Amino acid sequence: MVFKSKKIAKMADNMAAQGMGKSHSLWSDARRRFFKNKAAVVSLIILSLIIIFAFAAPYFTPWNNEEIDWAILGSVAQDGKPSFTTKHYFGADPLGRDLFARVAQGSQISLMVGIIGAGIAVIVGTLYGAIAGYFGGRLDNIMMRLVDILMSIPYMFVLILLLVVFGRSIEMLFVGLGLISWLDMSRIVRGQTMVLRNKEFIEAAIAGGLNRFTIITRHIIPNLLGIVIVYASLLVPLMILTESFISFLGLGVQEPNTSWGALISEGAGQVLYGTLWQLGFPLFFFVTALFSFFFIGDGLRDALDPKDR
Amino acid sequence: MFIFILKRIGIAIPTLLVLIVFSFVIMKSAPGGPFTSERPLPAQVLLNLEIKYGLDKPYHEQLINYVVDIVTKFDFGPSFRYKDRSVNDIIAQGFPITLTYGIWSFVLAVSVGVSLGIVAAIKHNSWIDYTAVGFSISAQVLPNFVMAPILVIIFTLTLGWLPGGGWNGGQWQYLVMPVIALSTSYMASIARITRSSMLEVLNSNFIRTAKAKGLSNTQIIFKHALKPALLPVITYLGPAFVGMITGSVVIDMYFSTGGIGQMFVSSALNRDYSVIMGITILMGFLTIMFNLVVDILYAWIDPKIRY
Repeated sequence: MVFKSKKIAKMADNMAAQGMGKSHSLWSDARRRFFKNKAAVVSLIILSLIIIFAFAAPYFTPWNNEEIDWAILGSVAQDGKPSFTTKHYFGADPLGRDLFARVAQGSQISLMVGIIGAGIAVIVGTLYGAIAGYFGGRLDNIMMRLVDILMSIPYMFVLILLLVVFGRSIEMLFVGLGLISWLDMSRIVRGQTMVLRNKEFIEAAIAGGLNRFTIITRHIIPNLLGIVIVYASLLVPLMILTESFISFLGLGVQEPNTSWGALISEGAGQVLYGTLWQLGFPLFFFVTALFSFFFIGDGLRDALDPKDR
Repeated sequence: MFIFILKRIGIAIPTLLVLIVFSFVIMKSAPGGPFTSERPLPAQVLLNLEIKYGLDKPYHEQLINYVVDIVTKFDFGPSFRYKDRSVNDIIAQGFPITLTYGIWSFVLAVSVGVSLGIVAAIKHNSWIDYTAVGFSISAQVLPNFVMAPILVIIFTLTLGWLPGGGWNGGQWQYLVMPVIALSTSYMASIARITRSSMLEVLNSNFIRTAKAKGLSNTQIIFKHALKPALLPVITYLGPAFVGMITGSVVIDMYFSTGGIGQMFVSSALNRDYSVIMGITILMGFLTIMFNLVVDILYAWIDPKIRY
């Protein structure tokens, strides 16, 4: 017995040395898997740079996003090129405003739209889906029929209708995005909740006398977090795309504020005059950011989605 | 099957009604009536105008009249901006154009997307596969409003092959860029979906059996693998259709093709509510009908699917 317990102790030591004894939580496992994914990590770094650019760039230029450079107005196509001598690092827009400052400001708005839009979707969609999935039966039927109906409406047209009637403003855009963005989320969450509902720990919670609302908020939702995070990370680029679409049509963000979509629209309208920088810089930020979001979303899915383990 | 179709139609009709009521309520809650202008009209003139357009009646009656007119006469009422044109005229002018390049885009996206996906799956891990995957990843960040200016830079500014916009009765030169711009991202998505489902099917047991029987590759792919592999693609057709309808707005705006989207945006900027509503409802109707067809098609191909 004595020597056996020695052996076991040695084995335990070995395991501890190799770090095997350490318990791995779901989250530390996920973090490890995520950081192994090179594309996701690189995307994370690039995205951080874009975020830093969006908020720090205004301090590095003498121009702000509203100011018109009268010296080059009227000859933007020649004098408005990106250059260090005029301090227009990204050139100027058709009205002689500094594109560097405008891209920074547009990035702020676009990122904000993406994150707040996804945030609304997460809160509303998770609660809605969890309630429908947990209660089931007729309530579930009614709630999900409503989602079906809302989903088969061409939402972009309704969103534009909303913007036209209630005024084109960024707040209205948020309301409109919030109205539609949670639908997919609620479906996914509902499906997952229906699986969780029949697990033993929920039964234990019911036996323990918890009320249903507490069960949903304390037991169901924390277990949904993984899938919600994955889906939310994929929603952010979709929100940015939607906002850009609306702003491209001139119905979203209003002057003097701007966004990637509005800047792309402005640049795209000037393409025939050969001022390609007006399209190029916003497009570069838009495409890079979307790429990063998609790769990060992919990485998170590989890290958190239980299906692929 | 028959009951399933009835049930599905039973969902489609309330959906359409919800859309109509919703847009009607939004329109009615707009600040200012359709005849509000810088110079206020005399009260009597305003009243006459309202009587002419039936706006003096209570809201629920207006709504019922509106719906009845649409259902029985396919009449969306008069435009509030252009006194001599009805919403029907405006739609009739723009819709054929949208339909023309819309159908081309849809056919192109589906045919190229599906073929690319199948070839990529068959030649798994070859350069074709990598090209297809790379294409479908990069097209995710190239929505129509990004593709359109890029195409103009390439084909109009640099090469000078194609006109930068216009419609001109739908000659092919004017059709190429709208169709490519509209279809690229959906083509990529369809290719990705086809590829992954085809890979899954090719690895399944019944395909191995078919191989063991000694069937040729062509027979395996076209007679056995294709049908089950296309099921996920069919589910995607609904969202792709919606996306293209929405995308047509950008195409019309950017290429000045004169389709329905251009009218939608110009009436949105003009606050011509009846035109906006008419187009929204028409697009909603098309979407719902298309989804209905897709669902029935899906149930017909895969008898396991019943909701």
